[in-house]
Amino acid sequence: MPHSRFPPPLPDSPPSYSAGGQSAGLQPAPSTIDVSAPLSADALLLSRAQAGDHLAFAQLYSLYKRRIYSLCLRMVGSIGEAEDLTQEAFLQLHRKISTFRGESAFSTWMHRLTINVVLMHLRKKGLSLVSLDEAMESDSDGSPGRGFGVSDLALAGSIDRLALEHAVADLPAGYRLIFVLHDIEGYEHNEIASMLDCSIGNSKSQLHKARLKLRDALRFYPRQEERR
Amino acid sequence: MTQSIPCEQFQAQLPELIGSGQCADHPHLRQCTRCKALLADLETIAETARQLLPIVDPPDELWEQIESAIQKEENASSIPSPS
Repeated sequence: MPHSRFPPPLPDSPPSYSAGGQSAGLQPAPSTIDVSAPLSADALLLSRAQAGDHLAFAQLYSLYKRRIYSLCLRMVGSIGEAEDLTQEAFLQLHRKISTFRGESAFSTWMHRLTINVVLMHLRKKGLSLVSLDEAMESDSDGSPGRGFGVSDLALAGSIDRLALEHAVADLPAGYRLIFVLHDIEGYEHNEIASMLDCSIGNSKSQLHKARLKLRDALRFYPRQEERR
Repeated sequence: MTQSIPCEQFQAQLPELIGSGQCADHPHLRQCTRCKALLADLETIAETARQLLPIVDPPDELWEQIESAIQKEENASSIPSPS
């Protein structure tokens, strides 16, 4: 990139933040990006990026790329779409970063911005939460009683994380969205209801159905491994 | 001993009960091992999900694409519109 004003991003800098509310107990974790601390390196970086420093923006990308890309990938379940959405999220960040006022942690703000990008994309694709919910209500295996009646309860208190990643990726879009936002990213039902423009009860119901579907999928995972 | 409510009724209430703090002590669970196991499974799933970390890096080329798109936007905004 001979004419680039942007330096290459740092290789695999670990993100020193937590976004959304991911933490034990689903409570929002304190961010280490404290914009009120004048000597914080993260705050200084953010301040420089807000002032138009391209090196600082590239460093922000390095800090957040894995987090944002993983979020996009989990929400849409497609590598190509996740790449496009990550790009769009960082473009939006570049356009809007000067408007960040520190009323929330920057990581939370960036996280929310990304979720909005993904939701807008899903809506453009015609994914309506209302229609999805109606579709899922009529889905016979989504009814609460069906997933329960099986006596083969094999999760036994532990789940392989990779198996869970695969099972989440295989969830129908509506279920996956709610599960990712609530159980992985740590958003509360009222926040999800606000983001998705649905009722809190709807959010709870879809999350429950998502977990039931995951339970069904995970029950068979060890058997698949055993067959190999 | 009869169960306090049928399993289906208990399960219909689960979306509201889970996370409310009222689930573990529900009378139905004292008598129904299967619903208790169901709840344990769902809690295990939620607990494991909380431990999932962002493990995937985007491809290296993505930064170049973002950088290029930013430059295009900046170039476009610096060109004065014809009066």
